[in-house]
Amino acid sequence: MIQQLSVFLENKPGTLLEVTKMLAEKEIDLRALSLADTKDFGILRIIADNNETALKALQDAGFIVSITPVIAVAMKDAPGGLSSVVEVLSKNEINIEYLYAFISRKKGSAYVVFRVENNELAETVLSEAGFSLVDEKNIME
Amino acid sequence: MERYYQPEIETASIEEIYRIQNERLINTVNRVYNAVPYYRDMMDRAGVRPEDIKSRDDLHKLPFTCKDDLRDTYPFGLFAVPMEKVIRLHASSGTTGKQIVVGYTRNDLENWSDICARQLVAVGGTEHDLVHVSYGYGLFTGGLGMHDGAQKLGAITIPVSSGNTQRQITIMRDFGSTILCCTPSYALYLAECIAEMGIDKSELSLKAGIFGAEAWTEEMRRNLEESLGLKAYDIYGLTEIMGPGVAYECRAQTEMHSNEDHFIPDVIDPDKGEVLPEGEQGELVFSCISKEAFPILRYRTRDIGILKREKCSCGRTFIKMSKPMGRTDDMLIIRGVNVFPSQIESVLLTKGYPGNYQIIVDRISNQDRLEIIVELSPETFSDKVRNLEQMAGDLREAVRSTLGVGAEIRLVAPKTIERSTGKAVRVIDKRKL
Repeated sequence: MIQQLSVFLENKPGTLLEVTKMLAEKEIDLRALSLADTKDFGILRIIADNNETALKALQDAGFIVSITPVIAVAMKDAPGGLSSVVEVLSKNEINIEYLYAFISRKKGSAYVVFRVENNELAETVLSEAGFSLVDEKNIME
Repeated sequence: MERYYQPEIETASIEEIYRIQNERLINTVNRVYNAVPYYRDMMDRAGVRPEDIKSRDDLHKLPFTCKDDLRDTYPFGLFAVPMEKVIRLHASSGTTGKQIVVGYTRNDLENWSDICARQLVAVGGTEHDLVHVSYGYGLFTGGLGMHDGAQKLGAITIPVSSGNTQRQITIMRDFGSTILCCTPSYALYLAECIAEMGIDKSELSLKAGIFGAEAWTEEMRRNLEESLGLKAYDIYGLTEIMGPGVAYECRAQTEMHSNEDHFIPDVIDPDKGEVLPEGEQGELVFSCISKEAFPILRYRTRDIGILKREKCSCGRTFIKMSKPMGRTDDMLIIRGVNVFPSQIESVLLTKGYPGNYQIIVDRISNQDRLEIIVELSPETFSDKVRNLEQMAGDLREAVRSTLGVGAEIRLVAPKTIERSTGKAVRVIDKRKL
């Protein structure tokens, strides 16, 4: 499992900039992020190299931030890579709340980050299917 | 044992209260008729002579006094004593139109400080208490009113006034303030800052909070009691009548006792102006019967409340007045439905949302639109869009079933809504602009 920062953003000009600026000032390196948006608000999800610093900086600035455990899986950066992972979850009837994927710095490899209801179960079935779960250190590589 | 500041009057028999009221009312009517041309004209126009008022039962014969009368006579036109007898002026913030000015003689200030002292004793205050007065000091009656009451009681008065919140909290902790006096919205803000400063409520010595100058709900009471670790009491008052202390809550926490030796309260139908029987909800009307400088009669407060004469476990006999549920001029009519901001506050707090909220009313393509802005807290936040949308949906449903009118819910980040050190701005009605 890895830790993800989830930040509540009001849907108005300048809010995202406040967050990105703050992270830049604190020299936080972002590995991945995704932004879910609705008419009124958004939720920014970040995988960063230093969660504690980022969390504190954002909280001090008055943002609502939470740390959410998510699972990250390595997959082949080739057609069908993501599908093979999703298939395992689908077979085991694990519902995906959201996901985002990004390419690894290692050639031919990519990562997908999942948010599911039961992380342990998802990790077990993925490991059993032969996928390698990524920890916090690996994901920054 | 229950303590009273003035037991002989606070627990007097009904007959005794009526006797005092009759005597003082007749005296006041005669005095204003002779001393204030504006009142004399009003009474003459209404065809009432001072001798027509023989007892409190004749009160309804007198014409109402309204805010406009106070504006028409600005600044000193309703004063009933020569100016050299006046020793203090207060004024009410004129958010709409001209401000209104009131005056007090030495006796008036004595009576006012008495009723504020009654309030302090009713919540358990003694000369050992440290009374932290966070109402604004100045022309606003809240600060100096409670200040004088605390001093009269002989309590240790801390005239901290409003604002400079962090310093206030440090003083509250270091001095060991035991009774906090401020608006409920400022109390809420204080609670928030106390938590932010990393101070636990157990480090504070607060035992009671006397919160007034705004209408607030039972849900807000629980919220303030929990977050500040005190018992929260309501105090009612308005500048036109006296200031804080017109009615006061005791430890029974079942509505307020109206100080009947100084004011006669009435409830009227706000549309027809008729006096309603006890127990019915309507507009509160007060007549001052002991005031010298500014003895206003049958003043329409625009506050909505209920009067009930019932036995109180504290032993006080003054008539009980409900928490005002709002003001006739606060009432919003949304798509034909009457809505009070206090009803929305009730729903929000019952659902576990913070007490800082804002109501925005607008008219878009001839249709009223009610929007409620609610702050998220770290506890209510979720990383899943679905959860947040469900929260807003639940709240929308609760508002619809309580108010009978649909509302848009907007979730915003904490501290988005401006914090108030005095009276909070809860409603923005853009339809009037």
